[in-house]
Amino acid sequence: MLYREAGDFKTTYGEDSQTFPIRFDRMGYYVTLLVAFGVVPLVINDYWASAVFLPFLIYAIAAIGLNILVGYAGQVSLGTGGFMAVGAYAVYKLMTSFPDVPILIHVLLAGFVTAAVGVLFGLPSLRIKGFYLAVATLAAQFFLVWLFNKAPWFYNYSASGQITVPQSKMLGFYITGPQTSATAKYLFCLIILVGVAVVARNLTRGTVGRKWMAIRDMDIAAEIIGVNPLNAKLTAFAVSSFFIGIAGALFFAVYLGAAEVTEAFNIQKSFLILFMVIIGGLGSIFGSFAGAAFLVLLPVFLKNVLVGQLGWPTDLAAHLELMIVGALIVAFLIAEPHGIAQLWRLAKEKLRLWPFPH
Amino acid sequence: MPDQVLYAIEVTLNGLMTGVMYSLVALGFVLIFKASGVFNYAQGVLALFAALTLVGLQNGQVPFAHVINATFGTNLSTFGWHLPALLAILLTAGIMVILAIIIERLVLKHLVSQAPIILFMATIGLAYFLEGLGDVMWGADIKKLDVGLPQGISDTIERVTDGWFGYGFFIDNLDIVATVVAVLLVAALTIFSQYSKQGRALRAVADDHQAALSVGISLRFIWVLVWSIAGFVALVAGIMWGTKSGVQFSLSLIALKALPVLMLGGFTSIPGAIIGGLIIGVGEKLFEFIMSSPDLAGAWFGFTIGATENWFAYVLALLFLVFRPQGLFGEKIIERV
Repeated sequence: MLYREAGDFKTTYGEDSQTFPIRFDRMGYYVTLLVAFGVVPLVINDYWASAVFLPFLIYAIAAIGLNILVGYAGQVSLGTGGFMAVGAYAVYKLMTSFPDVPILIHVLLAGFVTAAVGVLFGLPSLRIKGFYLAVATLAAQFFLVWLFNKAPWFYNYSASGQITVPQSKMLGFYITGPQTSATAKYLFCLIILVGVAVVARNLTRGTVGRKWMAIRDMDIAAEIIGVNPLNAKLTAFAVSSFFIGIAGALFFAVYLGAAEVTEAFNIQKSFLILFMVIIGGLGSIFGSFAGAAFLVLLPVFLKNVLVGQLGWPTDLAAHLELMIVGALIVAFLIAEPHGIAQLWRLAKEKLRLWPFPH
Repeated sequence: MPDQVLYAIEVTLNGLMTGVMYSLVALGFVLIFKASGVFNYAQGVLALFAALTLVGLQNGQVPFAHVINATFGTNLSTFGWHLPALLAILLTAGIMVILAIIIERLVLKHLVSQAPIILFMATIGLAYFLEGLGDVMWGADIKKLDVGLPQGISDTIERVTDGWFGYGFFIDNLDIVATVVAVLLVAALTIFSQYSKQGRALRAVADDHQAALSVGISLRFIWVLVWSIAGFVALVAGIMWGTKSGVQFSLSLIALKALPVLMLGGFTSIPGAIIGGLIIGVGEKLFEFIMSSPDLAGAWFGFTIGATENWFAYVLALLFLVFRPQGLFGEKIIERV
């Protein structure tokens, strides 16, 4: 039968508390993984990788990171671009200093560096709340971008002020540099994304996640029932920045290859990822995926229609795209403020009762 | 007086003038936040849109010329007239009112009682939309805005200060005009909100939505009103900034500079917006002056850094808020369980 709990008996505690308690969901999850790992790498080419798949995978990581902070812990942050830049510059410095270490380790280390910076900028969140905090995180955004732009040590004194990723190999395949195949890039990002998603999902339904949600719903009340706000807020900042740092590192090393901080990690990036989180659904891992997919696919789709089909000049198409994205965001917020994840939840509820809704 | 002190005074004066410009944008934020609790990110884009519309009307540009040409293969550009500045300003103000009505109808009405973050995101969406609309309507090139305001360095001040100190201060005429306009604007807003019927209603709504509704004040009318006023303030800010640095996309980025101004002053206080603007303006100019001068920072710290204006305001606001979370003049935040 379609989407039923009936007949699916749980006999152990492990089975009872699994992520996908309904068999249909579980099958869907395995099929998705199978397609992502088994089918897509065989058919992917450079255009699809750079236009759709890589941005989607990387933004999904960043969106999961930001969703932990905004959706689960309730601390609004506009500093995502700056934290991504920390990840990118950390991975660049690490790769140029220790070229022999596998890149996966560098990416994870870059995540830890970003987590440390995130905790530093998260400290004021103990005093500052709501919109004041959102604006305060702008300090992180502008200060970090300025720092990477002005301090030559970060870009190894290169004349252009750009950072360019060195070639690196893992298990005999190129992961970064011009010789990398689309498949290798895709698989590398996919593996990290799956890892991030599993960790995030399990963190958010465990003790830490419950503490974050208690703080989000009302921090004073949470404090009274014994949640340490210092602990909860700073772990949220640390975990979130860790993921965002990884996303920044991948964005620079695997996707762009060369980056200029004021272009690649500016304030627009912060807003873009915040949009992904809001449109996808606050406090939902699935929502992060959905939001990232939506905002990656929409411009590609619009560009194909406006420039490819109607033959309009590209600058006009870019302006129209801005209008359409803006209007869609507003329309989306009006129609479903809880995002795509909520639509999905409602659809599942309906599906459970289908075809006998009464 | 030693040269460094004179330079510092000049920098301070210029900082005050820049601060006034920031305050003009911040003012629109405060008005909307007080009346509807919406944190209006689109305020900067409203200023951009107003300035674009003003230039377009003044020069008789055909709206949507670019789209029409692309679709029908025509070659439209202007109607060929040139409107007087005052008429164009009045027409633009009218368009801002219409825009306020449309925003209320299409966006705000449907988002009543949503969480503040949702409303905030909606205004970001609105900002994207208006930015695209402005570009599509009037074209994205940098435009010169001239409504007859005096520009250039003020000769009088240079001559007088030269006589006093032996060093002439460079102050932009436009900045002086902006200061006068800002003072007039604040005075007008204060009188309006204190003495007119609508102004009282506005303050009542700001105080308590529910209570205001229960004594028969129409919330929707107040929202249109306050967005119209914010649109008008945006028009003034757009004229000032547009005359100063041309009408271009970066105009919408000053909105971001207005945010730390708000934080310093407190989101709910009009005098706070002004004083916050002045503090930020002076602070960032002085800091930049000190940190980039080889004689000062170079002598004290052994190094100089430049372009600190990008982040100084935010870091200052951040540090300040750690000690006073509600800003200088904001309402004290009382938390209850």
